[in-house]
Amino acid sequence: MTAIPMADGLILGGILFALGLAGLLLRRNLLLILVSIEIMLNGAGVAFVAAGSRWGQADGQVMFLFTLAAAAAEVAVGLALLLTHFHRRQTLDADSISEMRG
Amino acid sequence: MTMEVAFFVSGSVAVIATILAITRLVAVHALLYLIVSLLAVAVVFYTMGAPLVAALEVIIYAGAIVVLFLFVVMMMNLGVRTQEIESKWLAGRAWIGPGILSALLLVEVIYLIVRAPVYATMSSISTPKQIGLALYGPYLLGVELASMLLLAALVGVCHLGRKRSEARQ
Amino acid sequence: MLRLLWLVPAIPLASALTLALLRLSQRTVAWIGTCSIAASSLISLLVSISFVNAPPISGAYTQVLWRWFNVDGLRPEIALYLDPLSLVMMVVVAFVSFLIHLYSTEFMSGDDGYGRFFAYMNLFVGSMLTLVLADNLLLLYLGWEGVGLCSYLLIGFWYRDPANGRAGRKAFIVTRTGDTAMVIGLFLLFHDLGTLNIQDLMHRAAQYWPIGSTGALAAAFLLLGGAVGKSAQLPLQTWLPDAMAGPTPVSALIHAATMVTAGVYLIARTHILYSLAPQAQFAVAVIGAATLLMAGFSALTQHDLKRVLAYSTISQIGYMFLALGVGAWPAAIFHFMTHAFFKALLFLGAGIVIESLDGEHDIFRMGGLRQKLPVPFWTFLIAGCSLAGLPLITAGAFSKGWIVWGAYSAANGSAGLWAVALAGVFLTALYTFRMIFLVFFGQQNSQVTRKPGQAMMIPCVILAFLSIAGGYIRTPFASYLSAVLPWNPGITRRASFGEMFSEGIVALVFFLGLCLAYVFFLRRRDYSSALASSPASSVLHRFWFSDWGMDWLYHRLFVRPVVWMAKVGKGDPIDGFYTGVGRLNEIVWRGLSLSQSGRLRWYAAVIAAGAIVLIGVVIFS
Repeated sequence: MTAIPMADGLILGGILFALGLAGLLLRRNLLLILVSIEIMLNGAGVAFVAAGSRWGQADGQVMFLFTLAAAAAEVAVGLALLLTHFHRRQTLDADSISEMRG
Repeated sequence: MTMEVAFFVSGSVAVIATILAITRLVAVHALLYLIVSLLAVAVVFYTMGAPLVAALEVIIYAGAIVVLFLFVVMMMNLGVRTQEIESKWLAGRAWIGPGILSALLLVEVIYLIVRAPVYATMSSISTPKQIGLALYGPYLLGVELASMLLLAALVGVCHLGRKRSEARQ
Repeated sequence: MLRLLWLVPAIPLASALTLALLRLSQRTVAWIGTCSIAASSLISLLVSISFVNAPPISGAYTQVLWRWFNVDGLRPEIALYLDPLSLVMMVVVAFVSFLIHLYSTEFMSGDDGYGRFFAYMNLFVGSMLTLVLADNLLLLYLGWEGVGLCSYLLIGFWYRDPANGRAGRKAFIVTRTGDTAMVIGLFLLFHDLGTLNIQDLMHRAAQYWPIGSTGALAAAFLLLGGAVGKSAQLPLQTWLPDAMAGPTPVSALIHAATMVTAGVYLIARTHILYSLAPQAQFAVAVIGAATLLMAGFSALTQHDLKRVLAYSTISQIGYMFLALGVGAWPAAIFHFMTHAFFKALLFLGAGIVIESLDGEHDIFRMGGLRQKLPVPFWTFLIAGCSLAGLPLITAGAFSKGWIVWGAYSAANGSAGLWAVALAGVFLTALYTFRMIFLVFFGQQNSQVTRKPGQAMMIPCVILAFLSIAGGYIRTPFASYLSAVLPWNPGITRRASFGEMFSEGIVALVFFLGLCLAYVFFLRRRDYSSALASSPASSVLHRFWFSDWGMDWLYHRLFVRPVVWMAKVGKGDPIDGFYTGVGRLNEIVWRGLSLSQSGRLRWYAAVIAAGAIVLIGVVIFS
């Protein structure tokens, strides 16, 4: 069938993960930090599916399904928290939630 | 042959779209580029022989999660002044740390992947039937746990999104 | 009669206890204090007569009182040992102590520490008698420490003046240094030879240690360290001049006649050990020779009357050490006896002079006391002549001449030591007559306010008589001691001149010193003041005045570092280490808490960095 080497799939996943990490460290807007987290999860999923396809089993995709469920739950809760914070502080600055310091 | 071409093309589209997504000043633009990236990743999934996951990626990830983001952005109604703030936050010096860290991590991961030259290909197609059998077979516990997780998220969001009473001000 | 030996040290100790515990009137204290010593000296005389008339077969009499303790082979007893050497020492110590006690009943009258004084003095006499009669080195060390304690107590007797306390402390600390060496020597002797009984020790040492072995050398040098400290020889002589801060009877008894000769007694007692360690014996001779010269020069420059006598004591004990070092053992003991007589008399006379002039110590402010204090003058003069060595008449001449001859003719003698001893004779004559001429002759500079009474004059007269008559018993003395301290004068070395020649030279040197003192200090005082004020000699004068700079040296070498260490220790540096550990913890905590900035992206960055490091570890391992 197809002869895409697994290494390429893993590398693609890795690139997407690194980009997500860069976005997480770079952006100061809380919303875009959450977006970067989604990108990272997506990249991890690519790696899972690539591995599962290499071994010819459904396990990789099953793992991706669970990752998806977790991502959905986390996004929902995260956005709810974001909204709460925005109502209180009127800002989405990530550095404004740094009261647990020292 | 075509699968390889499709893989590389959509892979590059996904990467470029992600880069654009994380560097936009306006949140909505970033989200739209994210949708593009997710769609490209769905095509990648298809070329890797996972059509069900490709479909789910589009439906759930691009179609539910990113839409949820868009709803929240619309609700907050941020306006034009956030653009100036964002451009200030994305000044030149802010790129150094994240850039170095991500680059290092990427280099290490690629090194780990590439150093053992094992020629393995992603050459099998998994049908939805196989996935269903796996889900309701060995991974049944995981399915139940995932549903409980979603329930917990639901409850939490309901609580957090309650109408604000005076005591909480 | 010999069985009464134990009373000799016991009576003074008992009376010391009584005087310390009870509050009595001055008269009672004087009677108890003096009569105890009188009884002790009487009994010692009876014991000696009995011993000399009917000596025991072994040559010595041992009286065991009880066993002190019994620990792992160390079984010292409280036992008294009487042989010719300890007999001489006992009689001299007891008798001279009695005379000085008699003197101090009047000297110390009116002092509010009267009872305390006599308690200390009796304790001292008891300890000294224990020392000379001790059978084993441990008991000897007990007496040794006892006399050291009493010396400290008596030097600082007038404790309200802090200078006296300092002098007492200095004496105690310097002698303690020597005592530590001695104790280490005792440990060594017990460890190697298994006993501390002196006679057994000497037998075993002669058996097990060949001549020049390290064991004998070490033990001999360590005991020498103790002797040097107690007898105020080089390098531990700095305490004696300052010890003159105590009352004059104390100086007479302790620092002239008895305690400072304890070192001489120790070396004489263990002389077999020293003949097994020739280097140590040579060291004894060298120390004696060096000290007698150094102290002689220092005595020449002093202007405090008692300090002249203190340096003179150091110098005369140097003679005794010289005699011990060359192997002329009986000569050293003979000189001890005569020295006890004339030096005690000199100090008592000095006490009379100082009291009469109402506390004046400076000899340059005295003068012309010949007419006002005739009896003190004559007794002082006799004692001074005995010290300097007026030939044929005085006892000191006999004993000193014997030592000078021994320095040349004895087994370890040499012409160099003989010359040094002669130089010492010259210096002695010079400073003695300087002192006499300045104090008793010439113009009177201070007023005589008091004349001495009977109790102070009688001991002086008796001692003056002994200073003259004591010398004539030299030959029977030598033959009596020869059983215990063997030496045959004149036969042991091939000498190029005889004893008469040596005695003649000694007499000549004596007269030279006398004439020089006469010229400089009686006839033409301006010569001496001109000499003293010229630049070269004033430097020398200062140098000799300060005891050859030894006080300055010791202050820089020992006192300053110890005080510095005490200052450093005051800030508790060891505790600082532990606080430092806590402080370090605190610093690290503060540093680490800076990393908890509360910012989300910082935490994420740290997680990423950690992941990179972990993967790096996996890659590179």
